[in-house]
Amino acid sequence: MRSPPIPEMATQEVQLSETLAHLKTESDTLKGKLEEERAKLHDVELHQVAEKVEGLGQFVMKTRRTLKGHGNKVLCMDWCKDKRRIVSSSQDGKVIVWDAFTTNKEHAVTMPCTWVMACAYAPSGCAVACGGLDNKCSVYPLSLDKNENLAAKKKSVAMHTNYLSACSFTNSDMQILTSSGDGTCALWDVESGQLLQSFHGHAADVLCLDLAPSETGNTFVSGGCDKKANVWDMRSGQCIQSFETHESDINNSSEADREVAIYSKESIIFGVSSVDFSLSGRLLFGGYNDYTINVWDVLKGTRVSILFGHENRVSTLRVSPDGTAFCTGSWDHTLRTWA
Amino acid sequence: MTSNSNLSNMRRMVEQLKLEASVERIKVSQAAAELQQYCLQNASKDALLVGVPTGSNPFREPRSCAVV
Repeated sequence: MRSPPIPEMATQEVQLSETLAHLKTESDTLKGKLEEERAKLHDVELHQVAEKVEGLGQFVMKTRRTLKGHGNKVLCMDWCKDKRRIVSSSQDGKVIVWDAFTTNKEHAVTMPCTWVMACAYAPSGCAVACGGLDNKCSVYPLSLDKNENLAAKKKSVAMHTNYLSACSFTNSDMQILTSSGDGTCALWDVESGQLLQSFHGHAADVLCLDLAPSETGNTFVSGGCDKKANVWDMRSGQCIQSFETHESDINNSSEADREVAIYSKESIIFGVSSVDFSLSGRLLFGGYNDYTINVWDVLKGTRVSILFGHENRVSTLRVSPDGTAFCTGSWDHTLRTWA
Repeated sequence: MTSNSNLSNMRRMVEQLKLEASVERIKVSQAAAELQQYCLQNASKDALLVGVPTGSNPFREPRSCAVV
């Protein structure tokens, strides 16, 4: 058995490094071209375009309901399409469904793991999905019979190789989109548990995702610890566009086509953990680590209000489906609805 | 072999960059104008923005008291 002659191996290695160098040059050129294209199109700032728009007046928004019941930090919440029910999940391992008008708890499920970081309401209102440190996303059909043990009907849908950070049903109860600490996002068929599409491209944990709002929506955006926000085509699994932004992890994302404005104010030094737009998109609500909620005028780029109430970090924030209120969840174990 | 996986990673990155470069883009001024138009057109339906007549926002109503 003769080992390959040394000169031949050396040639192969040289060829390899030449190809690598060539590819590196090509990729640097492309990156440069992309930056150039983007810079050319950045002809104006959003707030300049919106100069003539009437400013917003004073806002009277306060806590209207406080939902108490979780035994530890609230990590995630989602609204039901009926605009009154809410599902929330907590570090205490519990997932609770609430009637936000009356503050009554309608269902409660104890998960086999703590840190239930993600939860979502099905479009029909008949099921909820949740997961976290168990690396899974499970679906629980909701029963009208309050005495029924929900855990018995549990269906395991998604399996990741690290924690589940976010989940969302698509347009129907049939499909779920998930994001994970394993760096991927995935689309699953709820009935069979089959993986329909996986989305690779993040270099680190993916922390959040949001679907494009249109009826025929086929795209979603994900944000991760690699400081990238990626826009994906759900059918092909391809990353259509990637934005490098923020100084640290992207904890929350809202579907907008391009970064046209940055909402910041020198006096805010705490991170924002969660964001959502009002119905018309004019207001942006941000839940912060300093326990407050800041309300921004999206067009003008100015802060219009700061809301107090929570006694610890705000970890999750969502506007209701018809835009009449928004709900926040906090490390202070409670949820609040604001209007 | 590490260099082989480097090679395929690089190839994938170049393909991805080509894809992103080919996406159609519009100027920020146009995008901004469209965003602004959307906001203004839908402003009247935005309860958190303009408020609603007293009594018609269920979240603003006080909870009825129950004797426990």
